[in-house]
Amino acid sequence: MSLSLTSGGTSARQPSSISALSAATERTRRPMVTGTSVLGIRYADGVMIAADTLCSYGSMAKYKDARRLVSVNAKTLVGGGGEYSDFQAVTELLKRNALEDRCTADSLYAEEEGEEGCAREVWNYLRVVMYNRRNKMNPLWNDLVVAGFSSGGDPFLGYVDKIGTTYEDTFIATGFGSYLALPLMREKYRPDLEEGEARALLEDCMRVLFYRDCRALNKIQIAKVTKEDGVLISDPYEIETDWSSAGFMTPKGELDGDGGW
Amino acid sequence: MALNFRSHHPHPHHAHTPDYNYGSLSQKSAETRNLKPGEVSTGTTIMAIPFEGGVVLGADSRVSTGTYVANRVSDKIAQLHDQIWCCRSGSAADTQALTDYVRHYLAQLAMETDRQPTVKQAAHLMKRLIYENKDHLMAGVIIGGWDPIHGGSVYNIPLGGTCIKMPFAIGGSGSTYIYGLMDSEYKVGMSKEEAKTLVKKAISHAMARDGSSGGIIRTVAVEEGSTERDYIPGDKLPYGPAGW
Repeated sequence: MSLSLTSGGTSARQPSSISALSAATERTRRPMVTGTSVLGIRYADGVMIAADTLCSYGSMAKYKDARRLVSVNAKTLVGGGGEYSDFQAVTELLKRNALEDRCTADSLYAEEEGEEGCAREVWNYLRVVMYNRRNKMNPLWNDLVVAGFSSGGDPFLGYVDKIGTTYEDTFIATGFGSYLALPLMREKYRPDLEEGEARALLEDCMRVLFYRDCRALNKIQIAKVTKEDGVLISDPYEIETDWSSAGFMTPKGELDGDGGW
Repeated sequence: MALNFRSHHPHPHHAHTPDYNYGSLSQKSAETRNLKPGEVSTGTTIMAIPFEGGVVLGADSRVSTGTYVANRVSDKIAQLHDQIWCCRSGSAADTQALTDYVRHYLAQLAMETDRQPTVKQAAHLMKRLIYENKDHLMAGVIIGGWDPIHGGSVYNIPLGGTCIKMPFAIGGSGSTYIYGLMDSEYKVGMSKEEAKTLVKKAISHAMARDGSSGGIIRTVAVEEGSTERDYIPGDKLPYGPAGW
């Protein structure tokens, strides 16, 4: 069996001629290097998403400067959790499509409205890609958040997962974030959030995730899409954490205690 | 027999490796479970550290099949092009085949473009092969080298085919024992001698604790215009396997 450079090797799953191998080969492929939650929120000027910069190898925090927020064209951001190699493949695919769109457009200037796929188009395209891979029992093992503007000019925030489920909403969280961050975002969300408030909310959620998600890191990136500035992705930075509450300082293991923790 | 992507780490209860279904556990030992009959693995310690103007790559020399040392003098640092090298871990057969393919493609690229391939190009070629064939391969590689455009760079390509540029990289089963050491000793902007010393120290410590790593330490120092091979015999290691 020769090694293939093209995606004929993965997306087209031919049964192997060696029957023992095909019977035992994992059809769905377990993720090896994984990213955790991605959060997104719409605010007054546009859309903002956040993710930490960790990719774990099982339980090991192996890659601490992995970039999980990527801009795929001048107007769209994609954030991804799950298998990092599949996320790299997805973003490469989207960037390749954006480049092809640019080169085959009527005009080479990106500022022309409607020449580049808006966020909603990217989201829908991803839905099709993910669902088709799911049908072949060979998913791209990711939870993706697509952020940007739809062609009508409204801010857009959408979700696509490894089996092709999609939804759009005013705020989104994947992975652990869907359990821990969503309730926080539901409480604090307002449609007219300022940029500073939106960022503070996302940072708060990332802080809670660092406290409570074993696979999270306190180094994060925030990215936003606005009408005026387009796509901006921050450099990774550390967020502050608080360890000063009485619960940390009070010892509990003493003989005279109740043995509590 | 299940062809799992569980890493080649020998201990089945390692918390840090993905703990997935192993298929029939009965006859096989932890080490041989994910190898085909007769296949050898490079249970290994490999690493690459950039320095000012180049990269130092290092590896141990033990190749094991289960608990037998199939080759105690192997060379896990393979040359992909004049100034681009690759440390191999995982299945020896898979990584040898991958190395052959990448060498071939890089040589072709150099001829077609009439310039030195960049380390990034080599890393991405390797990534493509591993990613697109991820179901059939067990290979974790570290690509290190020098090119006129980016200087010294190191890319880590673990199981699954993620390709990620790193300030330094360690890999193989022995690397788990030296994450703490590397986190504490690594500094940005080391000189060639400092990088070499750290590589030798770290691999010695890994070999001292990992049963699948051992033998001698091979190093390759790549910089503009030169490549320097070195090795430390098993009885001259900075920290011997007998420990303290």
